[in-house]
Amino acid sequence: MNTEIAGIIATYALTLIIAIPLGSYVAKMFKGEKTWLDFLAPVERFIYKLCGINPKEEMNWKQHLKALLTINLLWFVYAFFLLLFQDKLPLNPDGNPAQSPDLAFNTAISFLVNCNLQHYSGETGVTYFTQLFVITFLQFVSAATGIAAVVVVFKALKEKTTTKLGNFWVFLVKTNTRLLIPICIVVAVVLAFNGTPTSYAGKDTIVTMQGDTVGVSRGPAAGMIAIKHLGTNGGGWFGANSIHPLENPNYLTNMTEAVAQTIIPIAMVFALGFFIDRRRFSRIIFGVMTAGMILLMIPTLIAEIGGNPAIAKMGITQATGAMEGKEVRFGPAATAYWSTITTIISTGSVNGFHDSTMPMTGMMELVAMMTNCFYGGCGVGILNYFIFIIIAVFMSGLMVGRTPEFMGHKVEAKEIKIAALVALLSPFLILAGTALSSYILSHHIGTGWATPPANWLNNPGYHGFSEMLYEYTSSNANNGSGFEGLGDGNVFWNVSTGFVLILGRYLPILGPVAIAGIMAQKKYVPESAGTLRTDTVTFGVMTMAVIVIIAALSFFPALALGPIAEYFSLY
Amino acid sequence: MRRYFLPALKLTIVLILLTAGLYPLLIAGIGKLTPGKGDGVTVTHHGRVVGYANIGQKFTDEKYFQSRPSAVDYNAGGSGGSNKGPSNPDYLKIVQARIDTFLVHNPGIRKEQIPAELVTASGSGLDPDLSPAGALVQVPRIARLRGIPEEKVQQLVQDHVKGPLLGMFGPSKVNVLQLNIALDNIK
Repeated sequence: MNTEIAGIIATYALTLIIAIPLGSYVAKMFKGEKTWLDFLAPVERFIYKLCGINPKEEMNWKQHLKALLTINLLWFVYAFFLLLFQDKLPLNPDGNPAQSPDLAFNTAISFLVNCNLQHYSGETGVTYFTQLFVITFLQFVSAATGIAAVVVVFKALKEKTTTKLGNFWVFLVKTNTRLLIPICIVVAVVLAFNGTPTSYAGKDTIVTMQGDTVGVSRGPAAGMIAIKHLGTNGGGWFGANSIHPLENPNYLTNMTEAVAQTIIPIAMVFALGFFIDRRRFSRIIFGVMTAGMILLMIPTLIAEIGGNPAIAKMGITQATGAMEGKEVRFGPAATAYWSTITTIISTGSVNGFHDSTMPMTGMMELVAMMTNCFYGGCGVGILNYFIFIIIAVFMSGLMVGRTPEFMGHKVEAKEIKIAALVALLSPFLILAGTALSSYILSHHIGTGWATPPANWLNNPGYHGFSEMLYEYTSSNANNGSGFEGLGDGNVFWNVSTGFVLILGRYLPILGPVAIAGIMAQKKYVPESAGTLRTDTVTFGVMTMAVIVIIAALSFFPALALGPIAEYFSLY
Repeated sequence: MRRYFLPALKLTIVLILLTAGLYPLLIAGIGKLTPGKGDGVTVTHHGRVVGYANIGQKFTDEKYFQSRPSAVDYNAGGSGGSNKGPSNPDYLKIVQARIDTFLVHNPGIRKEQIPAELVTASGSGLDPDLSPAGALVQVPRIARLRGIPEEKVQQLVQDHVKGPLLGMFGPSKVNVLQLNIALDNIK
């Protein structure tokens, strides 16, 4: 077990060693300062020319959002129709069928919004063509969308008074050419040399040592697995995601994938400080986020290493922890580490199935997604945290009796309204969705559009309730992991989570960009002795309190019905 | 929105070519240099391909080391776990049955000696490994059925234990397929 703990400490240390300089690089790149990938500039200029983009044209916040929504809408239509007709397209060596309209709707939305909820299995539900031209493509551009949006906020926070916030297309292109693609190539090569397939060869059939004939699914997976992590997407090439021995062959690849998914979220926190020249502010945010991660990870580690008490009662010692749904080559510590990481940063890839984790772990996974801002997804993590900052500024302002200010701009009614709306959206979508599904389950069981072939729960009782709660929490957080026992491949789940995905993605992007854009237009108020300082530990604690109160108060009743009740029935 | 439509459309086409066209081709090209040439690494025994190095398989014959329980019966055309929750009564009955079966087939072994992975299904359903304890607990049975001294089989397991990464990080493990091939090669 000592080597397993050492393994996760090394993984986190490696993450920081890469993420902090990466943050400085990202800030330089978006400021337009010299970086060592400047040789790509001619390529980018060629792209701008080809697409009729003037990279020097500056957009205001509304124009940014219009550009963002236009291109996202285009991607949705493109993805939806490709999935619908994938059986007639090339690169389908396994002869996989087309997706049904409701499934194609869900899949297209899910990858568009960086969620990667998968109501299909990679081996049979998509073709090599759609794996690459829909899924891999969207994994790149959805991550780039989040990063481009947060750079708009960076710009707004940096300037004193301005409406010029850079060019959206430039942010989008540069994120791909200078950040995502170069790092992905490195990650994919590591995976390829450790046994992940890269060729376009179709499914193999082999006769095993004892004479069984079995299939072996393959395909050009390594590149997709790289961006799936780097872009905090999480959708797997294979059904079992990064638990699959070809998707995550050994401990080295496990570390690589765990590091790859965490570096950009952490780098963006530091990039903020470098970009607006307030490094202390960044360090405080990083401190709060890391504290949140540790608070979620420790109970998870204890629960998973401790094993299942019901199996302990049967007389099994479980020296290797709770092993249901886990793999021997990772062990319980690395799987517990991954389950926390993947839920706080909204990746949603798994290296052990969450449905089979202990109740305490399940609760930590849920809370991680409900707060959704401890590091958070590519770009959007900071946007979510920004909302909590605005609320914390407002509340602190009320407490000391001053007009709330942030970064030299007054925070007024309009901004607070937007922030409150975005903050309350998560509880609304998650709880309303779970209530709706519980109602349908108890009143419309067996209806064609809802529950074929039968009950959609894979587990009875409290755990079954958690399966539904998890699905909406994951959708709203754009996470994409699941309590995968849930039978979600039907019209009800495809459509209902589809809408939660859209709202849970775009409102939390529109809100913060609007707030930052509106504030940047206001008159600059220089900092004075009376200004509430936001780069102090006190303010960090205040922000943490806001996060805990909003998450704990809104979700406690639902958590009590699910994982908490299961915990007390088991221990 | 019209102002943004054309650049968006053109940029989409460029990004598709870049990320879904060129990028995977580049990786496939580099993949040709890897041990399995990008098709996956296979294992050969007596001149026949018997499996993939990373993918576990089923061994029902008691003379072989048995792999972990699998929710997909080790058919790597798909993959997946049981997704059973820790408190599910039906699931706990299955675990109990696995314990009972193991005890019947491995006389002399006590319950406490059975490692958890032998009575729980893996996540992928294709787990190629066992912990060293998971292999060692099967040694008496295999030695008896094959008529080989226990020490010899034990040594074989020890020789096949892969330690932590760089000797420091992660758990130790034994690849079941490779272990069984080595077992067949014992004279």
